[in-house]
Formats: sequence, C-alpha cells, structure tokens
Amino acid sequence: MTKLSMTVNGKAVSGEVEGRTLLVQFLRETLHLTGTHVGCDTSQCGACTVHIDGKAVKSCSIFAADAAGANVTTIEGMANADGSLSVIQQAFQDCHGLQCGFCTPGMVMTSAALLADNPHPTEAEVRHGLEGNICRCTGYHNIVKAVLTASGQTVAAE
Amino acid sequence: MQNFDFVKPATIAEAVKALNSGDAQALSGGQTLIATMKQGLAGAETLVSLTGIAEMKGVCQGDGGLHIGAATSHATVAREVATTYPALAKLAGGIGDPQVRNRGTVGGSLANNDPAACYPSGALASGATIVTDRREIAADDYFQGLFATALDEGEIITKVIFPIPEKAAYVKFEQPASRFALTGVFVAKFAGGVRVAVTGASNDGVFRWTEAEKALSANFSAAAISGLSVDAGNMISDLHGTAEYRANLVKVLTARAVTAA
Repeated sequence: MTKLSMTVNGKAVSGEVEGRTLLVQFLRETLHLTGTHVGCDTSQCGACTVHIDGKAVKSCSIFAADAAGANVTTIEGMANADGSLSVIQQAFQDCHGLQCGFCTPGMVMTSAALLADNPHPTEAEVRHGLEGNICRCTGYHNIVKAVLTASGQTVAAE
Repeated sequence: MQNFDFVKPATIAEAVKALNSGDAQALSGGQTLIATMKQGLAGAETLVSLTGIAEMKGVCQGDGGLHIGAATSHATVAREVATTYPALAKLAGGIGDPQVRNRGTVGGSLANNDPAACYPSGALASGATIVTDRREIAADDYFQGLFATALDEGEIITKVIFPIPEKAAYVKFEQPASRFALTGVFVAKFAGGVRVAVTGASNDGVFRWTEAEKALSANFSAAAISGLSVDAGNMISDLHGTAEYRANLVKVLTARAVTAA
C-alpha cells in the first residue's frame, strides 16, 4: 500500500492504495463518492468519467496512483455552490436527458468538458463528443438536446 | 487484477533503470494496457508509468519534421499539429473517443502496434523515425507484425519524428463499436514519391501498398489505382468483414484518401 494525495472537488484528500487500485475505486470505496459509476468492465461505457485537470477521463482506465497530485472533479463537484443544479444538470432534467440515470454522471462530466472546449457545438459535434459514453435507455436524442440547451442554443421542439 | 508496484519516474533515465530491473512493464496512457490487465492478459511485478516525464511530452518543429514526445496524448497531437500536419491531426482526433484521446499516447500506440490501430499507418506512411532511449528506428524497420515491433525488452519510445508531406490524408472505415479501423489508409505525398500505409486489414498488421505507391508516384489521382487490385490472401477475416471485403476497402479507401489529400 502506498499513501496518495490529490485534490477532489476542491478539497485535499489522501488515502492508502494498492498499485492496482483504479481511480474509480479510490473515489467510490475510499472517498465514498459513489456518484461516479462503473457500468462496464471493458473501458467502453464512460459512466465513470471524471475530470482530471479539467479533461474528461475514464476513471476506470487510470490507476489512482497515476492521478496523485492531480485536480479531480466528480459529479459531486458539479452542482452550484448553493446546492442548486448546474446549467448542464438542469438541462438534463428539463430535456428528459435521462431515464434510469445510471450513465448520467458520466454524460454530465463529458458534456461539461465538451462545452468548456467548444461552448457552442453543433449537434454533430455533440454526438461525436459523446462517443465515449453509452446510454441504454434514451437513444441519445434527449441527451444531445440537453447539451445543446445547456450551451444556450435554441433546440427545435420535436 | 494481479497487484503490482507502481512507480512514476520523472526522467527517461530513471524509467529505463526501473524497466530494466526485474519483471517490469511500461505504462503510458493505459487505454489498452489497463483493459488488458483487467482481463488478466497482461501483468508485471512493477508497472512503470511514463506519463510523468516532462521530456517525453509536447510537440515542436525540428530537424526532419515534427518532433512529438512519445507521452503526448492524442488530444494534444490533434490540437497541436492541426495546421502543420492536418492529416495527422485528423488521425489523432479520430482515435477512440474524447476520454481515450485525453489519456492515450502516440508512443503507447506505436509500442503496442495493434493491427487495427491508427497511428502505425500514420507513422509508416510518413516515414517517421521512432526514437527510443537508445537508438533511432526507421518506421520501415520498426513494424514487425501483429503486436510485434523492433523494440527490445525494456526499451522505450521517447519521441517520434514525423516528416511533413506535401499532401496527405487518412481515411478510416470505422468499426462502429470500437472505432478501431476496420481498415484505414494513410496516403502521404512527398517530393520523392508517395507512401501508402494500410492498417486494420492484414494479418501481419500495418503494411505499405507498394503497387499503389508506384502508380500514385507517377500520377497522384484516384484514377491511377483504378486498375489495381489487392490480394485478399493474407487479409483479416472476422465477423465484422471478410478478407475480400477488407481487400476491397484498401483500394476504396486509398482512392478516397488521394482525393481528400
């Protein structure tokens, strides 16, 4: 076991990890931040997406030790300071961008990174940008609508 | 997953030392290796992370073309070479998905040499030089078959030098679930001739389609290869596509790449 420190959602944290401990395990099992989900065991679903130094990364595909010293943001760090939902989270709710909600934390994290990079994406850019996140409920249309809405763009009614 | 000691050296010299003491495995972005380790198909007593080595990161222009640090992420390459080498930027920007591109590295991709990875075709078509901790290897000598390269045990890629062609394009026919290349073709036109490198198609991994190179060096147009055919004999055949299908894709995608270049 080795001792490890990083910043998670603005707070300095530390804990003991094995070499093989994945970042998602450290977040969920050591820090009890269970909003970050594990949806697959094959690095494909994106439910575990977090930000490392502002960039979207699958926390199941990086060892915790490799994120030592990094600045990590999880879904628990996304709400506004007063506890209200962030623009992106609110847009997911308003646009019915989730059904079961399992993929939603990852979707929100990837969308936030996408909009930080490209504040006014086209629909095609949103779909391309969400290629690493799998949803098995919604068929993606309302997720894409939520991201476009969060970007301040008017989305035509169906 | 079998446990291991994790070390993260800050210099190439320390990394080489760690890799050459006992059962050690290099880890770059980990976007293939970690998934493989989860399946129990890879492992070592020590994992040596290469992502903390500043001298292995970044892109700059230098002797012979673009010098890209081996631990530079696909996302960074896509952004940094967008104007200097757009075809390479497009290749890097089309690998996997955004999360994979934020972690995966050029050196990791070339060291792994997956037969359906994108970077091997970009490196081979560009006539890149693979720089390691101990020597320089021409791309033509580097790729040696399925997941096989000229790298020795404990040798790490530190940098890749990409000559910049006059014209180039990469066209990938994506396997829609994995976004690996069902077949991908990188065409690069230099003053001295055209190089065509194909990934995703052959049982022996990336290869140069020399007949097309000859035809395109004489006449750089899609029409120049219309009379050629690709032998399906050694092509990959799986549930995604037969050998004949891939052989046809090689020709179709080469023509598209020439038109796009």
